[in-house]
Amino acid sequence: MSTELAATLIKLAVALGLLLNVVPIMVWVERRGSALMQDRPGPNRLGPFGLIQPLADALKFMFKEDVTPAAVDRPLYLMAPVLGLLPALTTFSVIPFGPDLTVRGHRIQLVVASAETGVLLFLALASLGVYSLVMAGYSSNNKYSLLGSVRASAQMISYELALTLAVVAVVIPVGSFELSKVVAYQRAHVWNLLPQILGFLIFLVASFAETNRLPFDLPEAESELVAGFHTEYSAMRFATFFMAEYISMTSLSALGVTLYAGGWSLPGVDLHGWTGAVLGLLILVGKIAVCLAVFVWVRWTFPRFRYDQLMRLGWKVLLPLAILNLIVVAAMTLAGWL
Amino acid sequence: MSVPVSWYLALSAVLFGIGAIGALTRRNGISIFLSIEVMLNAANLSLAAYARQFGEHTGQVIVFFVLAVAAAEAAVGLALFIGVFRGRRTIDVNRMNLMQH
Amino acid sequence: MELAIFILFAGLALVSSIVVVTHKNPVYATLSLVLTLFSVAVLFVLLGAPFLAALQILIYAGAILVLFLFVLMLLNVGRQEGPSGHRVQLFTALLGGVAFAAMLVLLFWRQQGGPRPPAAPLSAQLVSLTALAQELFGRYLLQFEIVGLLLLVAVVGATVLARRPPPREPEAEP
Repeated sequence: MSTELAATLIKLAVALGLLLNVVPIMVWVERRGSALMQDRPGPNRLGPFGLIQPLADALKFMFKEDVTPAAVDRPLYLMAPVLGLLPALTTFSVIPFGPDLTVRGHRIQLVVASAETGVLLFLALASLGVYSLVMAGYSSNNKYSLLGSVRASAQMISYELALTLAVVAVVIPVGSFELSKVVAYQRAHVWNLLPQILGFLIFLVASFAETNRLPFDLPEAESELVAGFHTEYSAMRFATFFMAEYISMTSLSALGVTLYAGGWSLPGVDLHGWTGAVLGLLILVGKIAVCLAVFVWVRWTFPRFRYDQLMRLGWKVLLPLAILNLIVVAAMTLAGWL
Repeated sequence: MSVPVSWYLALSAVLFGIGAIGALTRRNGISIFLSIEVMLNAANLSLAAYARQFGEHTGQVIVFFVLAVAAAEAAVGLALFIGVFRGRRTIDVNRMNLMQH
Repeated sequence: MELAIFILFAGLALVSSIVVVTHKNPVYATLSLVLTLFSVAVLFVLLGAPFLAALQILIYAGAILVLFLFVLMLLNVGRQEGPSGHRVQLFTALLGGVAFAAMLVLLFWRQQGGPRPPAAPLSAQLVSLTALAQELFGRYLLQFEIVGLLLLVAVVGATVLARRPPPREPEAEP
């Protein structure tokens, strides 16, 4: 087996291991974190600090009766949750998680897919996430699901624009779409948080909307539209939707920290070789953890946006701000300040 | 082994034919639209194939423009369909026969 | 390796485009078109245009087809009852399509000068994003700006066409 192929398989294993293990951890963090903020204990019966709770939840989902309503459009109904996982899992492939390694004469980049179109590939694959929502709502043959899914997909494509423009603003001073070059730029200069704070805020708000998290979770909230597009889903399929949501949160957080907070690098710390690679991965995971904690924090702090407020925010506030950010960054790059 | 450019061109011709058959036989206005999109994609494929053959970027730039124009066309076309549907309650193109004698 | 990927995704493109033009349910046809676009995007990568592949998925599959699905769901288009009645029309369309495709294949064959040897390996110049950008914003700058204007016109036009007609004011008595 060639070195390149073996390296790619190992990188794939690392990425998948990270993404798939995030889900039970996030379930625990969500439940304990929300309990902390609501001044109640949270799950504390299963294992110390309720750490076995996610396992119990997973078992519950697996043993629950799998009901497929009679009137649904079967192929689409069955495919929709799985299709939600596809963009969530594949988008992580362009995130670098460490410095370049030299193994047996080959220079290996610690990215699963080191394409020249890095970030663009991320955005392209992330935009496919809309189909899961659309198929779930359409196939359920239920007017509430249909309405919920139309709202959810309209929300996703609206905020995708602001997200893309914020990302493009980061790419301009770097001069390349490759995320490893973005990290290298931030190691040479300062973290993009500072000069592009507006872009970062736009990215943050847009990623809440992209993942259907509060305060933008109108399409799937329990009290709205009878739970929206996943009304007709139960047990394992329902769990799959939420797995997909947590994994896409992780991927977007990874993108956010790579674009704005230096990714796997820390300022002043020189990382190279195998220790550098492991440290880089741990640093990246740490930053993603901070980002996910912010996701949970915001969810249990803010009330939900109404649909018209949501759309107005996306089109009339975020999009002009994102364009303004782009113009300012482009001007600063031309002037040589960035 | 690398794939000869002529294979890509043949594929693009067949895709175009399939799209053309669809555009001529479907009754639903939106299905006709989808077949037209297939035809546009076939054209894009042959443009990219020629870009590869001559080593120039012109073909890729044209594909870029075709993508943008297709987006514009889809938006306006679908808006037209919505308008027609409001009036006639159907998008069956056989029923759009006001100009027939 | 490239041959295997080509055959796989060319086959996928053919099969899914046939589903697009034949399936009774327009929603399934749209989802099949997503598959077709995805296969064509992979073929773009093989042809040394990764940027176009990413754009194809981002714009075409990620936005345009979502628009199609929205309209289908909002207009509640049901399953159509099968293609147009007349057998003759179907047969003629089929014949015409096949003849046209055959003619195109013949033209391409003649232009290429018969079955050609495999193409030269991809040059870094062709795949490079920087080179494409320099062409786009250098030689084709005017066309780029015109396309931007076209998109603006399309946005305005679509908005005007799709909005509800304003409520008619009751005639005021003089």
